[in-house]
Amino acid sequence: MTETTHLILNGIPVEDTFAEAFDVAGTAIVVTNDTARWAMIAATTMTGFATSVIGCGAEAGIDAELSPEETPDGRPGVRILLFGFEPNGLKEQLIKRVGQCILTCPGTAAYAGVEGPTKIKLGGAIRYFGDGFAVAKRMPDETGKMRRYWRIPVMDGEFLCEDTVRAVDGAVGGGNLLFLGRRHADTLQVAEIAVEAARAVPGAILPFPGGIVRSGSKVGGRTKGMMASTNDAYCPTLKGRVGSNLPPECGVVLEIVIDALTSQGVADSMRAGLHAATEIGARHGLVAVTAGNYGGNLGRHHYHLRDLIAKEASA
Amino acid sequence: MSVLTLREAPPERLDLHALTPLALSGLGQAEAERLPIGTSRRGLVLGDCFSVKLGGADELVIEGGHERLDRVGAALSAGTIRVEGDVGQRLGAGMAGGTLTVTGNAGPFAGAGATGGTITIEGDAGDHAGGALHAAKAGLDGATLVIRGRAGAHLGDSMRRGLIVAGEAGAFAGARMIAGTLAALRVGDHAGYGMRRGTVLVGAHGTLMPTFVETGTHDLVFLRLLARMLRPVSPGHADLLNGTPRRYSGDLATIGKGELWVAA
Repeated sequence: MTETTHLILNGIPVEDTFAEAFDVAGTAIVVTNDTARWAMIAATTMTGFATSVIGCGAEAGIDAELSPEETPDGRPGVRILLFGFEPNGLKEQLIKRVGQCILTCPGTAAYAGVEGPTKIKLGGAIRYFGDGFAVAKRMPDETGKMRRYWRIPVMDGEFLCEDTVRAVDGAVGGGNLLFLGRRHADTLQVAEIAVEAARAVPGAILPFPGGIVRSGSKVGGRTKGMMASTNDAYCPTLKGRVGSNLPPECGVVLEIVIDALTSQGVADSMRAGLHAATEIGARHGLVAVTAGNYGGNLGRHHYHLRDLIAKEASA
Repeated sequence: MSVLTLREAPPERLDLHALTPLALSGLGQAEAERLPIGTSRRGLVLGDCFSVKLGGADELVIEGGHERLDRVGAALSAGTIRVEGDVGQRLGAGMAGGTLTVTGNAGPFAGAGATGGTITIEGDAGDHAGGALHAAKAGLDGATLVIRGRAGAHLGDSMRRGLIVAGEAGAFAGARMIAGTLAALRVGDHAGYGMRRGTVLVGAHGTLMPTFVETGTHDLVFLRLLARMLRPVSPGHADLLNGTPRRYSGDLATIGKGELWVAA
């Protein structure tokens, strides 16, 4: 392992480095259904194949399950976060995903889930599926603010979809933690517990399968044209070579990646994950925790693990 | 709070459109009393008919209404006007915001072309409430019009946007609607005549137009939002959506994107 200073949290070495994250375009929608089960089916479908913006066009995940009291129409719901490189790409992905996964799902309705400066026409685009039979309706929300909805005739009645949703300023994608462990099953358990804690932070999602990624990447590769390739410094089968960052006892590395609507959300989520993982880490053979960065030149947001060791954010 | 007290029945129709709490608060006593409100060569001014007590810019109370008080609150964009008594025609016509309340009855064309705010008539309203004025393209255009009593014929005629809630309404309620929402516990014949879009919700109705077709009962998400919109205005109207209301689609003599919901 390269010579770096280590901090200690709950007896686990934490590398004194930082996670490098990027400005992204982010939005949130709320989907509701007659039952929580079908709201979750809609949300799961819409957030499928949305692990990395490079290959999937968007990163998406489920932020929270909502009780009937928390949704615009008094039905159970799910809040979905969606992130893209820039607002236009986000819009395209949002319309595709709502059009293919929410419009199609029996009983589902879709509403804006966040306020922000950038308008994205959602219902106003999907209404063309209604072939001229769709009607718009302006009605007040629970605060009295007027909102415009499209009612699109479909075979189970109507798909109700808010005309515009909003993209926020200041969304951040790519917060991460790497867990260096001894055995796969143990490390997976550590990562799972970190995911659970990180996901509990409102406005943050972990888009990879179960929140965990095993194929951390570096920028570029030896093959011409590759945008990203395996993070060889953290591959246990490449241990002992020049450039490996893994100590001899490390047999597996798992990473969690965090996107949030605010930079603070990423920091809070990373902090929660870091603390949760190190608390149980000793029992599961956790060797160390570190974070991924590209030298600090690509992403504007740097989350230093040193700052996250404190339980609460410093003022 | 400014207070205008009507001394006696006006000798002619009066045009009170310029009287808003904000406008009056910026005037001196003499200036206010010289405001022209007459509609004939007689040249009536405010002081001729009302005793005037000026106050803050938030509220205007007109004590002692009369059916000759026309266009009350027509220029209102903020604040509150309360009329204790009746008013004449075009109550709040073209109003842009604020709250306008009449404890008595209103004449025809109440809320015509009003784009914002809330108009409440505790008594009855004349014909064409929330309707289009002569030669106007649209009636109510975004405001909320609440008629606790009975509205006349052509309620919400050509309304384009906004909400009308009435206890009862006469014939042709929601006629020629462009869009918007109209709810009444009972309407007369030919509801929704020539409506293009919009939602009419009724507890009971007279003769239906033959150009409306029944589409059955539907449990739509929209009805939940509609009930949520109606409940703060009138719980009784929101209760029309309890059970399984029956939906009619029309007027098919036009583009036919309107709907008439009849409570179960």
